[in-house]
Amino acid sequence: MEFNIDRVAELARLSLKPEEKIKLEKELGAILAYVQKLSALDTKDIEPTSHVLDLENVYRADEVKASEAAEKALEHAPKADGRFFKVPKIVQKD
Amino acid sequence: MTDLCSLTLKEAIEFAKKEGAKPLVDAFQKRAETLNPKINAFLRMVPGTAGTGSGIFRGVPVAVKDNICIEGQEVTCASKILIKHVPPYNATVIEKLKNAGITVSAQCNMDEFAFGSSCETSTFGPCKNPWDLTRVPGGSSGGSAASVAADMTLAALGSDTGGSIRQPAALCGVVGVKPTYGRVSRYGLIAFGSSFDQIGPITKTVEDAAILMNVISGHDLKDSTSAPEKVPDFTQSLKRDVKGLRIGLPKEYFIEGIDPEVEKSVRVAADLYKKLGAEIKQISLPHTEYSVAVYYIVAVAEASSNLGRFDGVEYGLRVPAKDLREMYFETRDQGFGHEAKRRILLGTFVLSAGYYEAYYLKGQKVRTLIRQDFEKAFKEVDLILSPTSPTAAFKIGEKVADPLAMYLSDIFTIPANLSGVPAMSVPCGFTSSGLPVGMQLMARPFDEATLFRAAHTFEQETGIYKKKPKL
Repeated sequence: MEFNIDRVAELARLSLKPEEKIKLEKELGAILAYVQKLSALDTKDIEPTSHVLDLENVYRADEVKASEAAEKALEHAPKADGRFFKVPKIVQKD
Repeated sequence: MTDLCSLTLKEAIEFAKKEGAKPLVDAFQKRAETLNPKINAFLRMVPGTAGTGSGIFRGVPVAVKDNICIEGQEVTCASKILIKHVPPYNATVIEKLKNAGITVSAQCNMDEFAFGSSCETSTFGPCKNPWDLTRVPGGSSGGSAASVAADMTLAALGSDTGGSIRQPAALCGVVGVKPTYGRVSRYGLIAFGSSFDQIGPITKTVEDAAILMNVISGHDLKDSTSAPEKVPDFTQSLKRDVKGLRIGLPKEYFIEGIDPEVEKSVRVAADLYKKLGAEIKQISLPHTEYSVAVYYIVAVAEASSNLGRFDGVEYGLRVPAKDLREMYFETRDQGFGHEAKRRILLGTFVLSAGYYEAYYLKGQKVRTLIRQDFEKAFKEVDLILSPTSPTAAFKIGEKVADPLAMYLSDIFTIPANLSGVPAMSVPCGFTSSGLPVGMQLMARPFDEATLFRAAHTFEQETGIYKKKPKL
């Protein structure tokens, strides 16, 4: 199995505790072994289903409407400054 | 005077026309205060709207799952990462309930982010089954189903991605409907698997489910995956007549591992339909055994993508850290529970470079084969009848250590989400130890009307819904 939990956790932005990592690695190994059963099916000429409805691009008119969502979202933000979400420094100086 | 809490939604509307909804809201409030410490079905009551609504519903109360956004009210998905999250808008279904004059009274416990089949992954502790408090109510809409079964509310809304309305409805002995994908707007439903998720009603009777479906269905400009299909009046299909209906029993749904008492209840239901003039046919949905594998690739892929937005920047929990990158990692590590991490990791893996084709694309292709199974079956039959869940309610803790066993308990409900067809669970009997058993009916896309007709006929013939848990 090519499943490398450190690599996947890095991609998923999850820092896992060592004991958690061992448990998850075992559980995910079992699930990935189970889903291997799909390889028994020949799907060479089958189109994938990403969506069950026959909807093409759905458009609506591009009209300006009043909305207070932005202000209200900021009210409950973990940290905000004026009209912005505030976050810690992105790049640290050495 | 009869106990107001035991009324159906239909009866409560009649009551409220004469006396107003205030006595109902008060009675449910009182019952919830007494029972919730034992059952843990409600996470929060919604303040300030006590039975003042007008409309045809006159303010009667309905509870909603805690993944449906209510403006100005905390909504958490039962996750630590969203505690204190206050959405700035109402979900479309909330707008529709309010416009109809329904009081949104309480927010229901659930598996964290709807990841689970037992309501045990809630960060607020497990919800209990009203029929046996040592057992799970099912999940993920466990609080919605338990609160309806315990007469703590008239009805509730849940959401269903792989069986999360139908399986808890079956395990709690109530009615649960997963509408056709696209029938009910997902706007304001905090997303799990966007190509699977549907909101639907959990109720005491089939009639109540039809009443609520009339309220919540319909095209919504705010949801680009909402279907433009016309919505019929579902209460018109509540006829006690199944003559000429062709009902299929898929052989892949009556397999080893299914509880013999569950199988027997469903076969007895099939016999009753036959007696009432329906035609019962053996059918095959040959790719059924691959459903769980497809689901645990495609749905977790969508989930890992949808949960990428929970990083401490805009919502809920933020763990202070020296820089932005560390804040992401620490917030997500402390905010997500074990099952959520499991699914995020799995979904991230199947979407990652080098594995996408072998897993995600393969899963989507097998999804096509499963859809085609249904298309073929519905050329021969009008409805498909099966058990909702292979077993009745299991013990709290029984399946926690074995995620795969938990996943496999959704084998009969997942195919309807993969193919988008409407499906519902209806109480069809009890095990010898007194636990409810549910049967599942599935229909062609947008033919919920036929589901309601067959379910209503069965319910009125048997009267199983009248039995209530002793609490």
